[in-house]
Amino acid sequence: MTVQNPNSFRNQPDERGHFGQFGGRYVAETLMPLILDLETEYRKAKADAAFQAEFDDLLEHYVGRPSPLYFAPRLTEELAKSAPEGKGAQVWFKRDELNHTGAHKINNCIGQILLAMRMGKTRIIAETGAGQHGVATATVCARFGLPCVVYMGATDVARQAPNVFRMKLLGAQVVPVTSGAGTLKDAMNEALRDWVANVHDTFYIIGTAAGPHPYPELVRDFQSVIGREARAQMLSRVGRLPDVLVAAIGGGSNAIGLFHPFLDDPSVKMLGVEAAGHGLDKEHAASLAGGRPGVLHGNKTYLLQDEDGQITEGHSISAGLDYPGIGPEHAWLKDIGRVEYTSVTDTEALDGFQLLCRTEGIIPALEPSHAIAAVAKLARTLDKDQIILANLCGRGDKDIFSVAKHLGVEL
Amino acid sequence: MSRLSSAFAKGHATLVCFVTGGDPTPEATPAILDALVAGGADVIELGMPFTDPMADGPAIQNANLRALAAGTKTAHILAIAKGFRARHPNVPLVLMGYANPMITRGAQWFADACADAGVDGVICVDIPSEEDPELGPALRAHGISPIRLATPTTDAARLPAVLDGSGGFLYYVSVAGITGKQSAALASIQEAVARIKQTATIPVAVGFGVRTPEQAGGIAAVADGVVVGSALVDLVAQHGADAAGPVRDLVAALSAAVHAARKDIA
Repeated sequence: MTVQNPNSFRNQPDERGHFGQFGGRYVAETLMPLILDLETEYRKAKADAAFQAEFDDLLEHYVGRPSPLYFAPRLTEELAKSAPEGKGAQVWFKRDELNHTGAHKINNCIGQILLAMRMGKTRIIAETGAGQHGVATATVCARFGLPCVVYMGATDVARQAPNVFRMKLLGAQVVPVTSGAGTLKDAMNEALRDWVANVHDTFYIIGTAAGPHPYPELVRDFQSVIGREARAQMLSRVGRLPDVLVAAIGGGSNAIGLFHPFLDDPSVKMLGVEAAGHGLDKEHAASLAGGRPGVLHGNKTYLLQDEDGQITEGHSISAGLDYPGIGPEHAWLKDIGRVEYTSVTDTEALDGFQLLCRTEGIIPALEPSHAIAAVAKLARTLDKDQIILANLCGRGDKDIFSVAKHLGVEL
Repeated sequence: MSRLSSAFAKGHATLVCFVTGGDPTPEATPAILDALVAGGADVIELGMPFTDPMADGPAIQNANLRALAAGTKTAHILAIAKGFRARHPNVPLVLMGYANPMITRGAQWFADACADAGVDGVICVDIPSEEDPELGPALRAHGISPIRLATPTTDAARLPAVLDGSGGFLYYVSVAGITGKQSAALASIQEAVARIKQTATIPVAVGFGVRTPEQAGGIAAVADGVVVGSALVDLVAQHGADAAGPVRDLVAALSAAVHAARKDIA
C-alpha cells in the first residue's frame, strides 16, 4: 500500500490507478487479468535492485544517458532582443533528442521490454503516431530478439515514410490502420484488438503516459529519468533549480518525465504545451484546452469529443501530438493547478522549429518545436536571471520532408 | 419476475440477438428490431454506436461507423429503445456499447434515460467490475441490470468480483479476441460454462464468433443462452434498409436451432 502524503504531488495514482478523478482501468474483461498481473509484476520490478540496475545500465550504454543539459546562448540572446528592458530569461534544453533513436521514447521502451521479458511474454506490439515510439519499440525488440508488430495509422504511414522504413529495417512488421482517420487513435484501437486476441503471449508497449493503469504510472516512472537527471544537472551547473519547465504534450510522456521529479519543488513552475493545430477555434489536438473529461483507451481523461461523447479527430502538423486525449496525470495536474497548460499553433511551431535551427544549430522535431514556440513567448516576459528549462524530446530528421512541404520547398 | 429473468425461464435456451442501432439509419432500425422478435429472438441487444469500438472486429466496427455517418445520436438510440418497448412490452431489451457515450452526461442521466426508455440491462464493454462505481450504482438504483462479460482469461479467483453487482445474465465471451472472428471449440465452451455455473447464480449466455444455426444449437445445448451479433450485422451491411426480411430469416433458423437444443437448466 502506498503511503499517501497529502502535501506531495508525487504520490499519485491511488491503489485503483486513479489520479484524482482521472486514470483508472477502463478495459474489456479479457484484458483485465493481464492488467492486474502487469501491476503486480511492475511492483516487484520496481522493488528489485537487479531490474533497476539492468534498466540503468541499458540507459547508459545503449541509449547514451545521461543526456546533456545545454544552455542555448544565441537563442537566449535572440529572444532577449525583442524583450522589454531587463527581460529575456536564460533558455536551457534537456537534450533527449540525442538519445539513441532520436527521441525520449526509448527510455520507456527499455523499461517496458524488460518488464515484458520478466513476465515471460514473447511477442511485442505497439502503436505509433509520428513513428518515434514505433522505431524505439522496434529497436528494443531487435536488441532483445523479440518479434514486433507496430500499428500505425495509414495517414501517418504516408507522412512519416522515413520512420516506417526504419522500423522495417529493424525487423518490425508495420501494419497500416485504415479505420477512422488513420492516425494515432485508430492505431491504438487496432493494437488493443490485437492484444485482446493474443493476451497469452503478447505484451503491449504503450508509447505514452496514458492507457489503463498501471501504464500511466510506469511510463511516467521510466521517463522520469529525464527530470531526475535535469534536476541534478541544473543543481550542479548553476546551483539552483530552474524557474520554469516547458514541454510539449501529445499524450504527455516527455512532459511528465521532466515534470514529475520537480512537482514538489514549489519554486518551479511548469508549462505543458498542447498542439493548437490550425487554431483552438478550428481543428486542433489540444485536449485540455478544448476537451472535457471522458473515457477512451482504458483511462478517464480530457478528450476531444462531441456532446454525445463521440471522439473527434485531433489535428496537428506534428503526427506525434495528433491525439484526441492526454495522459491522466496531466488532466489531474491541470485540475489541481500545479501545472499550467497552453497551446501553440502549427504556424508558431514551424517558426519555433526554424528559430532553433538558425540560432543553435539544432534541428528539433515538430513536437518539441511546440515547446520552443512557447519558450519564445515566455522568455520575453521573464527576468534575465531567470531560467527556463525546456525538453528537447526529439530531433527533426524525421520531419524535414513535411517541414519542407509546409514551407513550400520541393526536395 | 423481470423481463430478463423470464426470457431465461422459458424451458429452452435463450437466443440473444445483437444489431447496431442506427445502422444503416436510425429510421431503419425499428423494423430490424421487429424482425429479430419476429424471427424468435428472446433478448434484443441494441448496440450504441461509438467512434472507437476497440473490442469489435471489422463487421461491427463498420456498423458503428455507418450508424454515425448516418447521423445517429444517443437521442436516436434512446428513442428507438422507447419505441421498441411500446411495441414489445414483454421482450427484454439490452443496450450494449462503450463507456464514453454512456457516461458523458453523467451516469445518473444515462440511467434515468434507460429507465424512461424501458431498457432492462446495459452491457458496457470497457467498464469492468473495477470501475463499477462509474455506472453500476446508477443503473441498479433503477433496477436495470449491469450485464458483465467473462472471458477465457477470467479465472475462478476473479469470477466472483465480475459477478458482484452484475445482473440479468453473464455474457461469456468464448474466445479471447474481438467480435466476429473465430468461435471457440464446443468442448472448451462446455467446460467453461460448467466452471462458471459453479459460482454464477445468474444465467450464462455465450457469444463471440457464433454465426450459424448449427453453432448456435451446439452452444445452446451446453449454456443458458447464445448471443449472435456479427452475422446479423453482416446482413444489415449487405441489405441496408431492406435488411428486415433476411434478418428475420436468419433469426428464425437460429432460434429454431437454439430452442430445440435443450436440456433445461432453469
